[in-house]
Amino acid sequence: MAGGLQLAGYDAAAALGALWNGAFGSWYALTSSTLVRAVPLILIGLGIALAFRGGAFNIGAEGQFYAGAIAATWVGVHLAGVSSPLAIISVWGAATLAGVAWVAVPVWLRLRFGVLEVISTLLLNFVAESLVSLMVQGPLQEAQRIYPQSDPIAEAARLPLLPGTRLHVGFLLALFGAAALWYLFARTLWGFRLRAVGTGPRAAEVSGRIDTGRFTAIALAGSGALAGLAGGVEVSGVSYALFQNLSPGYGFTGIAVALLARLHPLGVVATGILFGALEAGAGAMQRDAGVPAVAVYVVEAVVIVVVLLVEAGRRAGPVAGRVRA
Amino acid sequence: MTAPVLELRNIRKRFGSVQALQGADFTLAPGELHALLGENGAGKTTLMQVAYGLVRPDAGEVRVAGMGVAMRSPRVARGHGIGMVHQHFTLVPALTVADNVALFAGWPVSPRALRERVRELGDRVGLPLDPDARAGRLSVGLKQRLEILKALASDARILLLDEPTAVLAPGEAEELLAVVRRFTVAGGSAVLITHKLDEALAAADRITVLREGRVTFSGPSQGQTPRSLAEAMIGENKFLATEARAGGAGLEAGSGEAAPLVRLESVEVPRESGYGLAIRPTSIAVSGGEIVGLAAVEGNGQRELLRAVAGRIMPLRGRLTVAGPVGFIPEDRTTEGLIPELTLTENVVLGSTGSEPWLVGGRVDWRGARSHTAAIIQEFEVAAPSPDVPAAVLSGGNQQKVVVGRELSRTPRVVVAENPTRGLDLRATDAIHRRLRAAAAGGAAVLFHSTDLDEVLRLATRVLVVARGVVVEPPAGASRAQVGELMVTGGR
Repeated sequence: MAGGLQLAGYDAAAALGALWNGAFGSWYALTSSTLVRAVPLILIGLGIALAFRGGAFNIGAEGQFYAGAIAATWVGVHLAGVSSPLAIISVWGAATLAGVAWVAVPVWLRLRFGVLEVISTLLLNFVAESLVSLMVQGPLQEAQRIYPQSDPIAEAARLPLLPGTRLHVGFLLALFGAAALWYLFARTLWGFRLRAVGTGPRAAEVSGRIDTGRFTAIALAGSGALAGLAGGVEVSGVSYALFQNLSPGYGFTGIAVALLARLHPLGVVATGILFGALEAGAGAMQRDAGVPAVAVYVVEAVVIVVVLLVEAGRRAGPVAGRVRA
Repeated sequence: MTAPVLELRNIRKRFGSVQALQGADFTLAPGELHALLGENGAGKTTLMQVAYGLVRPDAGEVRVAGMGVAMRSPRVARGHGIGMVHQHFTLVPALTVADNVALFAGWPVSPRALRERVRELGDRVGLPLDPDARAGRLSVGLKQRLEILKALASDARILLLDEPTAVLAPGEAEELLAVVRRFTVAGGSAVLITHKLDEALAAADRITVLREGRVTFSGPSQGQTPRSLAEAMIGENKFLATEARAGGAGLEAGSGEAAPLVRLESVEVPRESGYGLAIRPTSIAVSGGEIVGLAAVEGNGQRELLRAVAGRIMPLRGRLTVAGPVGFIPEDRTTEGLIPELTLTENVVLGSTGSEPWLVGGRVDWRGARSHTAAIIQEFEVAAPSPDVPAAVLSGGNQQKVVVGRELSRTPRVVVAENPTRGLDLRATDAIHRRLRAAAAGGAAVLFHSTDLDEVLRLATRVLVVARGVVVEPPAGASRAQVGELMVTGGR
């Protein structure tokens, strides 16, 4: 990246320095820029890892995120006199259910008609984005009706912050989610059978004890739930309201987060923070060194390609050696 | 003396810590049908893969028509007129027969001409195939046919066939060997890789035996006996017990002692595709201690019958009572029995019922599962370095032993096995037979099918013929020929 920047006429050292500072340069940067951006990425990444393990491709996390955000905002705005923990739980619960509802149609289409969920989930993203537009210019628009955004959600529904920062409780939720999924995959029979369904669906089916359809459906539902929850967490922890473009592509970056972590829940935390850092630093890089923030997307792409190449190289090893007389 | 059409001299090859070939020589004369015989792991496939350019030897040379050739890739090999038909199919399931041939042989793909060309090729060599059939839907025997057509379409003058009859019924195997013979009579040369002694003796002009990477015998098939070849293959003086009848296992007249463990009453089983009946109303009872062998040509319903007993297919009508637990050994070990990317331990957990000691309340005790797997590896003599290796690195025989071990270690009361010794060598086959007999001796009811009729007759205490969905019991004292006839006519 340094070489590219230098070639393009920018001061590479200054740019990279700004990137680093923007992400890790201070306690504030770390918590309020990097980690805050990491939360939705981790949650969505976990959901996508879950789906992938079950052999399903959830490309609709963006839409599920928005569905969750819509539900969260609706509940958060209409809460009256509900005290804090309950308010937060209601908001999160609504968001989670909305995420599941948003993925339910693709799941049904896959089970009933064999429609590839890659397509159905992807297309629903657009519907969700339009729905957000509709909501913030219609039923959910602020009372003053000036801007296309919702009223702020009730105080009780806003997440507690780490004092002195903008890091909200959602971060703990993300860590908890990662730990829970790790346990599920590594230690439970259900988690193992999910992996079997994803790696060898025919053998899983023939083993006689695994209903592959159900496993895939549950994995996709869980994936939608986590993406929806991410939307709810973002609304209750960061934006406190709904507006268009609430998500800078979390649903898609989340795919990279999951794949880069090779679907390992604890790895997702690491890659989520990595991508959070890159995006946090991008803003600083643009501000302080004049390098267009989009250069960071190039970095993200390079990282992904390198990891995939390494993975392909590893994969060619032990299975190729199976050539037997 | 004409120059040999293919010659391999002093080939050495090492895979990691395994010395697969230690200075092997092989010579193929024009117009010859040459059998390459040996146990699994002896190096036969590797040697031919060197000839076909799939494997680069560490030392040694390949000569075609007297000239040394650097066999860098299959493309180079095909350029020299060498074609190989592999043990594991290399078809594209989604494409049609004609497209598969075109893809492989580089024929131009204009649809009409292509279909005619493929049809004509099939008819000419005696392996007719419908050019428009989808490759993935063909039966195993027909897929095999397609593989051969592909090789012949590339103008191969030298055909290398890797265990081609492993997947075929007795009649089909004979047909195939006849086709290969026609090929050699017309001037081609063929190498038949096999572990079946009888086949080598019956079909080949010359035989070369490989044992542990070395040639232990090479000469005309005339004058050789199963004993002499077995000695060359295994190096032991006694021939393995598989030759003898199942006597001594003490299972004769085991039927009728206790209540049957498997009972079918007017059971109808649908085809797996859902259309039509695979098994017409059938009533059978199998007791503990019996080994029921199904003699059938592929596609007559025996697979559905076995799978119904194993609980993998629901019968349409009738009453099916099966005592549990049931151990099921599916036909295709790499796609149905095991997940090759997963480790042996994980594959054992795959087959768990939920009542294993290392499964408590939905949690997997991986250490317990691992030692259980290690015990299986030990007891069933699986050649695997540890329970943590992916199943893919094991040879076919050892993979099968893992599947069998996993199922039998649960002490099932009913064992269902589909072609359990497919593609396995003598030693592995013998081991599996011993296990199945032991299971029956322990009181289990064993039902199995094999495409090798002799194996069915040898292993079973009771034979049932399945033809066109009808199950028929051959009369007592029926000969092999009579059973074979029943398989085709269905007793009509």
